[in-house]
Amino acid sequence: MSVTLAPKVDAGTRVPAAPRKHRYLVWAVVAAVLIVALTYALPPFRNYQLATVGAYLCVTAGLTVLTGLNGQLSLGHGALMATGAYTVAMVQEKLAGRGQWTLLVAVLAGIAVATVAGGIVGLAAARLRGPYLAGLTLAVAVVVPAIASTFDKTFNSDQGLSVYVDPPPLALGATFPYERWQAWLAWAGALLTVFLLATLVRGRFGRALRAVRDDEAAARIAGVNVARTQVLAFVVSAACAGLGGALFAVLAQSVSPGAFPISLSLFLVMAIVIGGLGSLAGAVWGAVLLVALPALTHSLTELIDVSPAVAQRLEGNLPLALFGITLIVVMLAAPGGIASLRLRRRKA
Amino acid sequence: MTRPAPATDPDSDGLSLHRIGVRFGGLVALDDVSLRVPPGRTVGVIGPNGAGKTTLFNVVCGFVTPTTGTITLDGRALRPRPHRLARLGIARTLQGVGLFGGLTVLENVMVGAEHAGRRPESAWEALERCGVTPQAHALPGGLPYAVRKRVALARALVAQPRLLLLDEPAGGLGADEIAELGELITGLPCAVLLVEHHMDLVMAVCDEILVLDFGKPVAHGTPAEIRTDQAVVDAYLGAAA
Repeated sequence: MSVTLAPKVDAGTRVPAAPRKHRYLVWAVVAAVLIVALTYALPPFRNYQLATVGAYLCVTAGLTVLTGLNGQLSLGHGALMATGAYTVAMVQEKLAGRGQWTLLVAVLAGIAVATVAGGIVGLAAARLRGPYLAGLTLAVAVVVPAIASTFDKTFNSDQGLSVYVDPPPLALGATFPYERWQAWLAWAGALLTVFLLATLVRGRFGRALRAVRDDEAAARIAGVNVARTQVLAFVVSAACAGLGGALFAVLAQSVSPGAFPISLSLFLVMAIVIGGLGSLAGAVWGAVLLVALPALTHSLTELIDVSPAVAQRLEGNLPLALFGITLIVVMLAAPGGIASLRLRRRKA
Repeated sequence: MTRPAPATDPDSDGLSLHRIGVRFGGLVALDDVSLRVPPGRTVGVIGPNGAGKTTLFNVVCGFVTPTTGTITLDGRALRPRPHRLARLGIARTLQGVGLFGGLTVLENVMVGAEHAGRRPESAWEALERCGVTPQAHALPGGLPYAVRKRVALARALVAQPRLLLLDEPAGGLGADEIAELGELITGLPCAVLLVEHHMDLVMAVCDEILVLDFGKPVAHGTPAEIRTDQAVVDAYLGAAA
């Protein structure tokens, strides 16, 4: 995936080039073909990890647009994912067993609920700056899992809810691996998200997002409705987080408050910074790291010969340490993130 | 200075400020300031630092709500909201430059075009008028200060405003650049409200000048009248002027 966010303008004609409308569509189709091919090559567990990358990508892509392009830091996107995930669980419980279409309805409902939640947070966020915005979104990250833990009857407290997901459609064959189906679902969502975001941010809306990020007063004078732009950015980003959360529920077939801790929200921000803030390619890197680094620590702890108790503790904390170290190393080597490194090499 | 004959109804066309007062707590930033900018005319506002010149701009733009007084545009009451000004035909440059650092020069101007309801292509016309076409694809951060100021001007002009507010456009520019700026301002078809410290520029381009001191109007007249006004000489220009 290589999607640059800066609009291309044709210098020769002296008129901004008409957007090459189908460029992103071509990218999306090529990526889809590659992913499908990959799912046939990978063993089931790797397919599950690939699916998880897809689900994370929905969230990191939306978050990098909000934080990187619009300058609004959100430490609460894990909570927005949770709203999407719980909605899927509850809708599927009502509709279970009526066919594959119920999943689509459930996921759309998850996106809708997260979008509304994001809109409410966004309205408050548009009035806050810097550390105050970080504080508000952090509060959201704390409150949402707490709500899920508190209301036994609706959310089943800390045990959470199970998510009913139909087996792969029979048309794909009776022996079609479930993990491959999950990877297809997750990446359908991820590619759609990235395609829509890339299309959205390359034009007028994207310029407005960046103008507001760079200088609010100047943006206002230039005619940009700053508050509306900020709320819209939050809404778009929340919808992406809702989709990501919904896909997580589908992948794990369960939702619980423990799946959406504060550290998830922090990991998401770290991931987009490491990948490259404001870059959708960077969001892909971030999503890969979110899956790869915990998997790497898991392999590491298996290598070392320690007692099970120590191993468990290591597995809980090592990913954090590894993420922190990666963040420091990448920031030292390439302050613009991994995506900027690649761009620089291409230009040279 | 010849300009198109103003206004069939000379009392209401263009921008009018009626007895504007602004207080920040105990500080009186503007006190009973009235000013009219008829269509096509260039009006200068001068005065020492802290005289209230930028506050006056902020009142017109809606960044500051006046404590007293009213503003009208073409006879109709104006309650300005900054992001709606472009649609009303009012554009402004900021003191300093106020460009979007993450956007190219062209994109900076395109933002101005898009939100004033102009075609994106008009961005190129504005770049050309301000002589920054060669820098269209550069990020503003790496450009000389004078070029950045011209980009800011292009971003304001792309809206094809009826009234342009220029806040110290000559600040930080060299003598040649100021002369070019003067020609550019003189050639503009729109009304201009100019805040500037550079007296040669103000005297050269303005049809009339308002002098403020501590928020109060001290004098109002043509450049020739202002140059010889004793109160202005005392407050601002100094004995040598």
